[in-house]
Parts: sequence; structure tokens; C-alpha cells
Amino acid sequence: MTEPVLPPIGMLAELTHRCPLQCAYCSNPVELLKANREMETSGWVSLFEQAADLGVLQVHLSGGEPTLRSDLPELIASLARRGVYTNLITAGVGIADGRIEAFADAGLDHIQLSFQGARPATTEKIGNSRGAHEKKLETARRVRNVGLPLTINAPIHRHNMEEVPEFIELALSLGAERLEIANVQYAGWALLNRNALMPEREAVERQVEIVEAAQERLRGVMTIDFVTPDYFAIYPKPCMGGWARDAFMVAPDGTVLPCHAAGTIKSLHFERFGDWSLARIWHESSAFNAFRGTDWMLEPCRSCERQEIDWGGCRCQAMAIAGDAAATDPACIKSPLHARMGALIKEAVNTKMADESSNAFTYRRIGRSVELDPTSA
Amino acid sequence: MTQETRVRAIVSMQSQPVLKRHVRLQYDKVREAWALLSPERVFWPNEVSLDILRLCDGRHSVAQIIALLGDLYGADEAEIGEDVTSFLQEWSDKFLVTL
Repeated sequence: MTEPVLPPIGMLAELTHRCPLQCAYCSNPVELLKANREMETSGWVSLFEQAADLGVLQVHLSGGEPTLRSDLPELIASLARRGVYTNLITAGVGIADGRIEAFADAGLDHIQLSFQGARPATTEKIGNSRGAHEKKLETARRVRNVGLPLTINAPIHRHNMEEVPEFIELALSLGAERLEIANVQYAGWALLNRNALMPEREAVERQVEIVEAAQERLRGVMTIDFVTPDYFAIYPKPCMGGWARDAFMVAPDGTVLPCHAAGTIKSLHFERFGDWSLARIWHESSAFNAFRGTDWMLEPCRSCERQEIDWGGCRCQAMAIAGDAAATDPACIKSPLHARMGALIKEAVNTKMADESSNAFTYRRIGRSVELDPTSA
Repeated sequence: MTQETRVRAIVSMQSQPVLKRHVRLQYDKVREAWALLSPERVFWPNEVSLDILRLCDGRHSVAQIIALLGDLYGADEAEIGEDVTSFLQEWSDKFLVTL
């Protein structure tokens, strides 16, 4: 049965791939775009207008580092005018004086600030950026001073998982309403660095317990959202809430994709905003329609009672591990390839490539050629 | 670092709930429904929830809200009181309402 296509609710706008940090798990594609490929102000404003017309209610302004766009207040204002909820996702490093105030004046609703570590040395090592931690602390204070609500985002992996209790204390001390502890998703740069990032099972189980206890203890004090690690899961996540179901993302050059890693599915073709209208892309793009709904599903998804709970999981993970974007996400226990997830954890832990040395990372850089094959043992 | 004292707010009859600054209740013309926008989620309140949220303006006390809703629905205040207070406690815990 083919259901009608409903309007999208959320949009992730990756305004730029430029970033002062070089995190080895960045969700951007490994082929990063230079500044000269970025869509200009009028293009973004026009896209935001069409998004509001189409029914988008929330826009996450991200990157790269979105505050590197000098036109950011103007972009925020164009969304605020239309009543669209704006969330700025920032690394909080090198934001000039007065700019956070300018974002607030433009109508920004919320800021999400990332911390790579709860300790300065960890933040510096993961982001490969000296002094980053202190700059982030300062950004958090400035955010609170202008009265904007704050979420602290902590991506976790083998190198900072033991800092989870400290992340919780840090977020509390900074006055955050919300802390998001997110196990790294192995797509983009994280897939490239999987062996260097993958935690051990015991560490994952320990931090799950810590987070659950903190959620209970801090009820009504601070919200803690937890993004579970796929490789240790029984069922997959409903990635993006279902492919092309209620959200999409836009790359710096205006290419519109169902999710931020969709470019790794080489059989798909993506349209650029400007060549097509946003409404046409949402309804007619072959990439959006490829895995929409449930008609595309193969077994075991096809006859699974969970098909409209997790929507087959992540198409990009199916591509990366099963070699077939239409396969069941191997994170699912019903996937014939589920055991491969466990094997990849073991492989990562066994190789441990000079664990404590930051040389083990391929740091994110624009124009860096990719030499490692993430699928090789 | 200044350490704020952070404790869970507990609803009382004297609380004067108000929507948090980062939460917005607005009519969505595309879907012809009221939406509550928050940092990561959009909520679609039902009619009763909407009536409660509209009274979360920082001026009405919980006792007044219960009385007004009792009139509106022709219901006994004692009957709806618990539903209203548990709704407000839950929404306070979710950081959508300040008590």
C-alpha cells in the first residue's frame, strides 16, 4: 500500500563544511566541500522560505561550523520571520564578541554546544585544537548570559567514554537544560576511524548504567538524552524517523539529501536546490522515493512487525556493512549479517592501533585524500 | 565557576505555570493543527492539553486553571485536579513548562 507523502517537519542545514575542529568522527562526508562551493545567502533564504511553505517547523543550523558563515544572523532572521524554530549546532570555538547576542536578536531559539571531552586535554586531542575547551566554556557562559537555552552535546567513543559522569557534572555546572550523550554513529569520518573509536562492550554497558541512573536522579533538573550505540544494539534505530518521512538535510552546496550520509549510496542521484524546487525534490526525487515507506523492504523487514517502528534502520549502515542499501540494517538481530557487527567490535578492540596516541586518528580535513578502506580488516 | 542550585520543581496549587522561553505554541497552517515547538521535538497537543497549555501564561495559578477547566468541561474540579497537576508535573520535568 502506498501512503501519501506527508510534509517534512525538520531540516538539517549544513551551511558550510569549514570547521576549526578536526574531529575524527565528524558526520560530514569524507569528501568535504570548500568555501567556494557554498550556497550564497540568497539561496539559503529562498530555500528556507520554501521549507516553511512546505511545512518545515524546525531547522537545525549546522556544518562544519555554522558560525563561520558571516550571514548567519540574516539566515536566522529569515527563519524566525516565518515562525520556524531555529537550533544552532556549534562547536563554540572562535565566535567573535557580540555575535551570540546578534544570533539571539535575530530570533534564534536554542543553541546546542558540543564538547569533545569533559576534560580540557580530551577536548583538545579529539578536536585537534589547542585551547578549545576553555573557549567552549566561555561560549556556554555567553549563551547563558543572553538567556538562550542550552543543550550540551557529548559524542562518545572509546577515548572519552569514561568521562560520562564528568560530562553530566559539566552540563549541570554550565546551566544546560539538556545534555545529549551520543554514541558515535559509524558513518562519514567515524566509519573511516572505526577501529580507533570503537569502545569495548563492558565500557558501553557501564556508561548505559551511569546514564540511566543520572536520568532518574536528575528528573526535572536536567534532561539527558542518550543516543545508543548501533553496534551493540538488538534492534536498529529508526534512522531519520524513516527515510524521507519527516526530515531531510541540505549540504553546503544546496544538494538535498534524505540523511547526512546518503551520499555514500552511490546508486542514488541527489538534486540541488535551485535546479529543482524543494517541494519537487521532497515529492519527486528518485533518491527520496527509493526507501520511502515500506514497499522497498526485503525480508526480514518485509514481514516484520517492527517495520513501522524502525523503518528498516539505517540505509547507509546497510550499504556500509551489507553492501546493499536495501538490506535490513545489520544492527538488527534479525539481519543475517548481525554477527558481523559483533565481529567488527572485536576487530576494532583487537587492533587498537596505538590506542592512546592521537596519531591513530585520521583527522577531518578539507581536501584530505582518503587512504583507508573502512571495510578492510 | 558559579554553581547554580538546581532542584526539581514540584507542582502545587499556588504554582503559576508558564511555557519555557525555548518552547513555542503556534498554529501550523500546513497541517491545520496546533504545534508545540521545542529544541528537538515537535508535540501535537490534543484538545485538553491545548486548553491547559493556553492557560500556562504565568498569571493563572494551578488552582485557577483547574477551576477554569472545570467550568469549560462541566467537570468536577476534584475529578480533573489530579489530571491537570500530573500533566503539569510531567511537562515541567520535560522542560516545557516552568512552575
